[in-house]
Amino acid sequence: MHSAETIVVGGGMFGAAVAYGLVRDGVNTIMLDGSDGSLRAARGNFGLVWVQSKGLGLQRYADWSRESAHLWGDFAADLKDSAGIDVNHQNGGGLNILLSEEERENCRRSIDIMRQQAGADGYDCEIIERDDIQKMVPGLRVGDGVAGASFGPHDGHVNPLKLLRSLHRGFTELGGRYFPSNEVSKITHDGSAFVAESSSSRFTAPKIVLACGHGITNLAPMVGLNTPIRPQRGQVLVTERIEAIVEMALGSIRQTDEGGFMFGNSEEETGLDDGTTLPVTQNIAARAVKAFPQMENLRLVRNWGCIRILTPDKCAIYDESETMPGAYVATSHSGVTLAAVNARHISRWVATGETQPNFDHFSARRFNVPAAA
Amino acid sequence: MFRRLHEPSEQSVSIDFEGEIIIVEAGETVAAAILAAGAEYSRTTPVTGAKRLPYCMMGACFDCLVEIDGIPNRQACMVRVENGMKIRRQEGKRRLET
Repeated sequence: MHSAETIVVGGGMFGAAVAYGLVRDGVNTIMLDGSDGSLRAARGNFGLVWVQSKGLGLQRYADWSRESAHLWGDFAADLKDSAGIDVNHQNGGGLNILLSEEERENCRRSIDIMRQQAGADGYDCEIIERDDIQKMVPGLRVGDGVAGASFGPHDGHVNPLKLLRSLHRGFTELGGRYFPSNEVSKITHDGSAFVAESSSSRFTAPKIVLACGHGITNLAPMVGLNTPIRPQRGQVLVTERIEAIVEMALGSIRQTDEGGFMFGNSEEETGLDDGTTLPVTQNIAARAVKAFPQMENLRLVRNWGCIRILTPDKCAIYDESETMPGAYVATSHSGVTLAAVNARHISRWVATGETQPNFDHFSARRFNVPAAA
Repeated sequence: MFRRLHEPSEQSVSIDFEGEIIIVEAGETVAAAILAAGAEYSRTTPVTGAKRLPYCMMGACFDCLVEIDGIPNRQACMVRVENGMKIRRQEGKRRLET
């Protein structure tokens, strides 16, 4: 039996960020990860550090996302120190390209609601016109079908594969113990500590954090937590590498630091099937070409499907079990955006109990409101 | 550096590699033709400019990128030679015309 002060179940964006933050604060931590056959949400990320669309209906989450975006610069520098990896963080703002009057109108409504919801805190996002878009992306030609864009000054992007690698390397460099191929199937409490079991080993610690994507659905009830999440598929396309022509993240379009373009904006309710389909691939490509016609000449080299972890309101859930204190859950589909707050604040919450203001807003208890008669 | 393990078949085609006409075997890939012709390199890498030749020969490594008939960044190991084909080295990253 391996023992530690804290076990983090899950080695994806959430798990690795929390585990990294824990060892950084000197907590003796074990991180348990699945195997290559596991569903791997964190291997398919798009890489946005995105604020403008976050928190409709839950202002605390909008603030949380913005705080994480602001912490991201220091966080990237910290990762470079600990892991020696530059994750290519860019934070020059982000454009969400709108391709019809209908999309523009829906976006305008969301912005109005977000403004009202934010009140005095403010909501920094505005719709801009074609001429201004063109000025922001001089290396691209804006398509005739572009009806505007929403510009968020806090948005940015990062290389998500390098991020995951740097979290893992930083974790082990700082003394964390990483156990791959240890998908947890059972969690119990022996009276003094939690015991997590995989098919090959047993691990024990007085604290345990569930941050294992859809694995949470089976494990949460074992520690008295109710964490309602559902799968949603996104498909992503990546093109050949070309010279750098756009630094800014464009919502469902971004050029990576290596030169390839990524496209992806689909949302499908297909359970845990992480495959790809031709109609969705075609639609994603067609939208990219409509936004920026020169994309038509780019060669696609790969596409994939990836399963988001979606809560009912698309905002993160952070909870500690009431019946089994010391058991925590942390989850959201925004693992890249939230990596900075997860590594700083969530690890501290787990280690010391110290919470951020209005932290209870993130509890899944927000979904237990009885329907009005 | 490389030689074919069999006698060249009677069917051959000619291709243009960097302005030089080379006679290659019909049906083989552009990557195989480049290696058999003894080319020093067929692309330079985008980051350091290092010279590269085809490597994995199965579509995975992208070290064989060349320009074929005016289209840049093509995987030479995934394309068969055709008579009169014009092959140019892929020098660094592709530029995208607006």
